[in-house]
Amino acid sequence: MASRAAQPRTPGTYVRRLIVVGYLFLLIVWPVSLVVVKTFDGGLGNIQGALSDPEVVFALQLTVYVAVWAVAINTVFGVGISLLLVRYEFPGRRVLSALIDLPLSVSPVVVGLALLLAYAGTDGLFGPTLESAGLQVAFAPAGIILATAFVSLPLVIRELVPVLQEIGTEQEQAAKSLGAGPVQTFRRITLPSIKWALVYGVVLSLARSLGEFGAVKVISGNIAQQTQTATLVVEEKYQDFEQGTAYATSFLLALIAVAALVVVTILRPKDDTDGD
Amino acid sequence: MGIEIRGVNKNFGDFVALQDIDLSIPSGQLTALLGPSGGGKSTLLRIIAGLESSDSGTIEIEGVDATGVPAQKRNVGFVFQHYAAFKHMTVAKNVAFGLEIRKKPKDEVKRRVDELLKLVHLEQFSHRLPAQLSGGQRQRMALARALAIEPSVLLLDEPFGALDAKVRKELRDWLRRLHDEVHVTTVFVTHDQEEALEVSDSLVVINEGRIEQIGTPDDLYDRPASDFVLSFLGPVTTLGDRLIRPHDIDITRYEHAATASGRITRWTRVGFEIRLEVTPDDALRPDPVQVVVTKAEATALQLHEGDLVWLRPRVGADAVSR
Repeated sequence: MASRAAQPRTPGTYVRRLIVVGYLFLLIVWPVSLVVVKTFDGGLGNIQGALSDPEVVFALQLTVYVAVWAVAINTVFGVGISLLLVRYEFPGRRVLSALIDLPLSVSPVVVGLALLLAYAGTDGLFGPTLESAGLQVAFAPAGIILATAFVSLPLVIRELVPVLQEIGTEQEQAAKSLGAGPVQTFRRITLPSIKWALVYGVVLSLARSLGEFGAVKVISGNIAQQTQTATLVVEEKYQDFEQGTAYATSFLLALIAVAALVVVTILRPKDDTDGD
Repeated sequence: MGIEIRGVNKNFGDFVALQDIDLSIPSGQLTALLGPSGGGKSTLLRIIAGLESSDSGTIEIEGVDATGVPAQKRNVGFVFQHYAAFKHMTVAKNVAFGLEIRKKPKDEVKRRVDELLKLVHLEQFSHRLPAQLSGGQRQRMALARALAIEPSVLLLDEPFGALDAKVRKELRDWLRRLHDEVHVTTVFVTHDQEEALEVSDSLVVINEGRIEQIGTPDDLYDRPASDFVLSFLGPVTTLGDRLIRPHDIDITRYEHAATASGRITRWTRVGFEIRLEVTPDDALRPDPVQVVVTKAEATALQLHEGDLVWLRPRVGADAVSR
């Protein structure tokens, strides 16, 4: 904060602030608050109603299950790919780096469709093979996890890459010269240095995974109590004139994501001391 | 014993970093690798440490072939120019790192860390993070960390390069005294000839991937093997057809058997020194000659800018024999 120069406040200052605050209010705060208001319209009735609906309970459980798996997969591969991108020079590195952003730019519906083409049980490319091996991907939780991992793949990597670039390799080399092997160096030196970036990436990836709709809708088949996730339930309930349940489910979904962000913000050390 | 380097070559793409390096570094001494930036001295140091691999050749450390041995098994202490402090660990934890990796008992680690922090005068900072230390303190911590593993050799890569002039001078004296206490075979890389001459027992001058000369500071200063060594170890100027140090030129105001004569065309006073530029009359060698005299000499000779003077090498002046 110290780097921000204190400038004299003019009427222009207040006008600019008003524009920014007004924009954020109309775009984010007001609509989201309406969901909260609608949820608690009749006291706790909507929440209680939603939580006693087996479809909603199943969908919330499935969503959390899928999100945890997708995040776990993205954490492991995210760290691996980030190290690969930053620490090694190889042919195709730039192409790989560009490919990683693809899930952010391609519509999730397209992702769902693509996965369906590859993994559908009867006419997909790998689907029949996997199915005969006992693993159903399309219209099953495995497919939902795959689609969710796909769309949230870049989030961990985009948090880690700049941090890895900034810390450089000298600390790792020092650890090596002091006798630490690759695993010890990673665990004691690299991991603590990228810890907060990783946590942040994981939380963003979790929030994104909880909220995925398009890709999941295509690949899951949207079968109630089998492959229907929370976002799909919200859509269905809303269209079936069960708005109260839809609002309550939306509220619970948002609550988990916001809670994760809040916890990280509180835990994250305030002054990021670097050793330069 | 010490470090034996034989036939080491290293290329980065088309760039030849090291070419046919053969070098014996004796045990227990403080050796400086001196040379201009990009000359290959840091690469050589990193090859000794195992942080870089050579294209060919062998490295032997204290009688053991280390050529294919990974860095973490070489038992080499390495100190980096930018400290490479473990930012998330306290000073004590930094120093303890190598010992904890070696799974030493806790009380032994603690005793050794206390001992080393005392040695580098950081005992009151043991619970601080590196970010809370000055550059000089961080580098002393890095040195204690490298010494903790009782390395067979201690390697320092431009250890004082990132520090300001005053701290650099202090640390340099301190490193010399520390080495007299610890006696570990030490190699340090520097491009600062004063640092190398002042601190080291022996000097290796490296330029463009080759060793120019090896010797004691006196050897190199008094008997340089090439114009490069002569000019790298201190200021030089051309008098007649030889390179000579500006303070090794005799200057008089009266005609005598001289190598060159001419007028004083420039006069710069720096503290007790006066740096003169004399432009020779000789049309064949018109380049100005640099001469350094003390203020007292200049006063005694009644020198002024524009005076006609005669120049010749002092008796016993350093020069490269041709």
